[in-house]
Amino acid sequence: MQALVIVAHGSHLNPDSSTPTRRHADTIRATGAFDEVQTGFWKEEPSLREVLRTVESEEVYVVPLFISEGYFTEQVIPRELRLEGWDVSEWDSDGLSADTATLVAEDTGQTVHYCGPVGTHESMTDVIVRRAETVTGDPDVGEGFGLAVVGHGTERNENSAKAIEYHADRVRETGRFDEVRALYMDEEPEVDDVTDYFESEDVVVVPLFVADGFHTQEDIPEDMGLTDDYRAGYDVPAEVDGHRIWYAGAVGTEALMADVVLERAADAGADIEEAIASVREETRETPAAGD
Amino acid sequence: MTDVRSEQFDTLVRRLDERPIDFEGLRAEWDGEGYAFETPERTHEGLSQAGLHEAAANADPYVTNWFFWEVDVGHEGRHRRAFLRKLEAADERPVSERYDDLREGMVTEWGQLRITATLDDAGDRRYEVRHEDDASADAAALETHEDPLDARDIATYDEKGRYRPLKTAPTLVDGWVFPALDGRELVETVDTFYPATIANWNLEREGELDVSHWEETMERQSGIYSVIQTWNRGKGTDHVEWVAESCCDDSQCLKRREWQYDEETELDAPGGDGAFPCREPCSLVVAAARKWTRLEGEESRTYEFELTPSEKEQVEDIIDAVADGRIDDVREADIYEGANRYRTRFLRAKRFDEEGNLSGTPTEGAEAEAEAEANGDGES
Repeated sequence: MQALVIVAHGSHLNPDSSTPTRRHADTIRATGAFDEVQTGFWKEEPSLREVLRTVESEEVYVVPLFISEGYFTEQVIPRELRLEGWDVSEWDSDGLSADTATLVAEDTGQTVHYCGPVGTHESMTDVIVRRAETVTGDPDVGEGFGLAVVGHGTERNENSAKAIEYHADRVRETGRFDEVRALYMDEEPEVDDVTDYFESEDVVVVPLFVADGFHTQEDIPEDMGLTDDYRAGYDVPAEVDGHRIWYAGAVGTEALMADVVLERAADAGADIEEAIASVREETRETPAAGD
Repeated sequence: MTDVRSEQFDTLVRRLDERPIDFEGLRAEWDGEGYAFETPERTHEGLSQAGLHEAAANADPYVTNWFFWEVDVGHEGRHRRAFLRKLEAADERPVSERYDDLREGMVTEWGQLRITATLDDAGDRRYEVRHEDDASADAAALETHEDPLDARDIATYDEKGRYRPLKTAPTLVDGWVFPALDGRELVETVDTFYPATIANWNLEREGELDVSHWEETMERQSGIYSVIQTWNRGKGTDHVEWVAESCCDDSQCLKRREWQYDEETELDAPGGDGAFPCREPCSLVVAAARKWTRLEGEESRTYEFELTPSEKEQVEDIIDAVADGRIDDVREADIYEGANRYRTRFLRAKRFDEEGNLSGTPTEGAEAEAEAEANGDGES
């Protein structure tokens, strides 16, 4: 028997933070690729401390629904899951390349394939592009459009910006969009000045966040000038300084994210090729803008 | 009367090819020439397969019971098996009595859940789950659910529509029923309402519950939570007692607190009477303790307030009403109640200045604290 456990932050204050995590778990559960699919949270239940005991399988794939490598993926999650002898050097990562480490959970004795976060996986680039398709309602969106990949950015963790740069570079290399930029909330270049960085009239803005919350629903829309007050909402697209801004909201809410979770587990050795194909198929729909 | 179905009989014959069966009153074996078959009521020797079939068909309830526990439930999920056995008191009651009880329905309370175990015609168990407050409700009057994961939506908000971050808070809404779950679905449903409670209950039952006490749990905190490690400050366990008293009371959480200050030092605050154990301070307690650690870092000051004796008592009433969640019980026009809204508004009108300072006395030294909080306490 093999189980998939998706671990995420969660929140004491609102339920939306964990909604994408649960939805992706449901998508994967429906493929039947794993005998069990469970979610575990830092701030909700089951807690990271207890999630492993809620699955019966001896073989567990743990995929963190986080954007970058750092404090949570390297310290908090392995510690709380009680992964025996964990040492971050097992990932031998440059901040983007963490893939998998196989360890034993001290309290349950299960074999845990601990994966790198979804945010740094190469297939995350596809999700960003899919997000642009979803928000514009155009499966061929690209020509005449600019794309901004937005990250939190922080001086405390250099890996946080690395993931944003990485995906922005990869999208740029495809040549699909006229322009691609990496922008940040807390460092230069800032998302506040989004229109300064694009020639294109149409700009899709995709925040690389797991869930919609304070930053993606309040800060970023207000900072970009989509709205004076987030409670009043904003249009998609919204006119700002002669540009049309197609604001996509958190990339983590995109259905295709379930695919990245599966890719992480597959890279760690899970035999789930068929599931990956079926998730790609099922999450392909591009709803009209505003849905 | 339950039926032995052909699937059950075929499985019985296949198992007997491998090894004898001895389970809860059923004994059977194949000696190379014939089958021996025994229940507390009857003994047969040298049976042909047809004879075995007839004996098994008449052996209500032993064969269907064996099939349910040894084939259907099996031994892979030990916590699941233990919980399902608890629901029919399987370790305390003989099979025949259990079957009689199951036909009536055997009820177990688990937090605010009411679980009823029953039998179908082939001895398969069916489980109904509903809120304890709906014990006597007609099932047709309740909202019916089949998918265990529906429990997530039911458990997300309380009756006022507020988010429930603590799944074991005694605020589960009623009005729903899962009328016919199988064993696996039942365990999934219960574990969705109350995550990990089945595993922890069973670990405790087996003497293996891994309790992490206050001190070791706080010691492993890092990042913005590492401030909790400064908690002790040489004042003994008073603060921890206050945390336990405020958060771990039955009125706030249905888990039974098993963690103490440390291995040697028990807390005086009662741990509660819940069915399932709490094996370490939860993330809500940790977050609260962090805030209180910061607040406790402030020194007391002396303020001077003008209050009439009744106003002082009113302040006490207000604190009590908020702490016990009673404000909604204070009637609109009951101005005899200290926590009445109009009476409280009167107090504010009379005793607050324009800045909202009680008695016109400014607060000193609280601003730096508020600033530090705003920068470090964000939820992502």
